[in-house]
Amino acid sequence: MKALAGACLLIFVLAAASLFVGVSDVTPGKLIGADAGSRALQVLLASRIPRTLAIILAGMSMAVAGFIMQMLARNRFVEPSTAGTMESASLGMLVVTLLAPQAPVMGKMLAASAFALAGTALFLRILRSIPLRSVLIVPLVGIMMGNVISAVATFIAYRFDLLQALAAWTTGDFSSVLRGRYELLWLSFLLTGIAYFAADRFTVAGLGEDFTTNLGLHYRRVLRLGLVIVSMVTASVVATVGMVPFVGLIVPNIVAMAMGDNMRHALPWVAILGAGLVLACDLAGRLIRFPYEIPVGTVMGVVGSALFLALLLRKRRQLG
Amino acid sequence: MIEIENVSKAYGRSVVVDGVTLTLPSRGITSIIGPNGAGKSTLLSMVSRLLPMDRGHVRVDGLDIADAASDVLARRLSILRQDNSISVRLTVRELVTFGRYPHSKGRPTAADREHVERALGYLGLDGLADRFLDELSGGQRQRAFVAMVLCQDTDYMLLDEPLNNLDMKHAVSMMQLLRGAADEFGKTVVLVLHDINFASCYSDHIVAMRDGRVIHQGSPEALIRPDVLAEIYDLDIAVETIGGRPIGIYYLGSGSARRQQMPGPNG
Repeated sequence: MKALAGACLLIFVLAAASLFVGVSDVTPGKLIGADAGSRALQVLLASRIPRTLAIILAGMSMAVAGFIMQMLARNRFVEPSTAGTMESASLGMLVVTLLAPQAPVMGKMLAASAFALAGTALFLRILRSIPLRSVLIVPLVGIMMGNVISAVATFIAYRFDLLQALAAWTTGDFSSVLRGRYELLWLSFLLTGIAYFAADRFTVAGLGEDFTTNLGLHYRRVLRLGLVIVSMVTASVVATVGMVPFVGLIVPNIVAMAMGDNMRHALPWVAILGAGLVLACDLAGRLIRFPYEIPVGTVMGVVGSALFLALLLRKRRQLG
Repeated sequence: MIEIENVSKAYGRSVVVDGVTLTLPSRGITSIIGPNGAGKSTLLSMVSRLLPMDRGHVRVDGLDIADAASDVLARRLSILRQDNSISVRLTVRELVTFGRYPHSKGRPTAADREHVERALGYLGLDGLADRFLDELSGGQRQRAFVAMVLCQDTDYMLLDEPLNNLDMKHAVSMMQLLRGAADEFGKTVVLVLHDINFASCYSDHIVAMRDGRVIHQGSPEALIRPDVLAEIYDLDIAVETIGGRPIGIYYLGSGSARRQQMPGPNG
């Protein structure tokens, strides 16, 4: 409990730093005694606070989504960016933008959720029909499938001159987050709450179908609930800030090493560290070539793939 | 009482369980024996609703398992299959606590925790309770799974090859534990066993299967006999009485069987 409070404190510090880093000059000094119309206060309210909240919400929910997927696929290396979920969601955004450009953002996000759900279900189906389920083959299959889907999306976007819009969904970037344009992410926060409520079911499902049935739960129902949560979280993140890869992979793995997979205990840690990792990466992206920004998707891609490789190699040593 | 009525299962053209009708008495230990591919595990999986059956009915205390709510059944009947590979990183105590899930729905009470500690004690896991499952040996993990099922505290316990991975000492204490569960707590224990001598020494009732059918059933004395065993296993097995129990001596094989080729993986 004490450690958890400490982690929360760290998030507060990072969040505070996030509020005061940027091109516009916003400092605590300028805010104290500033009148309601001052530029610093406006920037804080319209941009910095929404951005920081968006980072925390996206980081939390993506980490939890990855955790759920690892339980359901019974594989340590599965998460929305290694299972075709993210790519499917952005394909969904593209299709709905083409077919119903006037649809409200909520409607687009629901369409993207449906695509993400279908893509993830397809991935799980492919997994079931692969005879040799090597631990390392599973994410490779997912990454390949994701690449095929994103190739389709790129082709469509190219034909309809929507490559720029597609890039916005495929590269996670918090720089365009403004008040009124990130609130969808509260939905994924709500979904994270539901995941915590159902945490024991997911842990049981992680034990496998036989154990789940023995304990009186319906495996298919737990699977469905998990897939809906994962798909909607992924879609809402893709729709508002774009793909943030690897968070859902690295954070649950590190937490599992330290304290195991019992979701009831581990989920708060996964959520907090997910928020912390994305906050840190976004801050790094803002500071590395200040005053320009590197999108968080890119920073995360570099940091994440390095950590991913380290985890893979470690696992290989364990497997001998 | 578990009533199995005309239960069948086929995979494509190969019939694995072929119209089995069987009544398993309440209380005591029933062991199912038979050669590889006799359909023992498949039958156990269908009785415990893990595997849908093609035909037939199974009733547990009159409750048809096809219609009964799964969570109701989970408080009445527990099942442990063989070959449990678990990728989730849980401690032994966490795993065993999940055995209480049908009762506590994930909110274990003080009484549930007592159950957990008792089950850990029965299986000699006190010292390992806080270790992660992936840090244990196969035999220790097997004991943790059995502790989980024990903790579920159901009237019926179905265990497929519970002696898997156990050394002699732990195999004997596992059988004694199950005997105690049957005698002291009135449990009904149904086992799939490969070792006919464990079946002989600890069972009240033995069911022998071959080619998807029940070919013999009865007391250990009625089944552990050279003529019956030859029919079940296609092997001449001498039977000696040791400590009042019929013990099959099968290590040496015999003339006709020894000349036979080892069957292939699908044989």
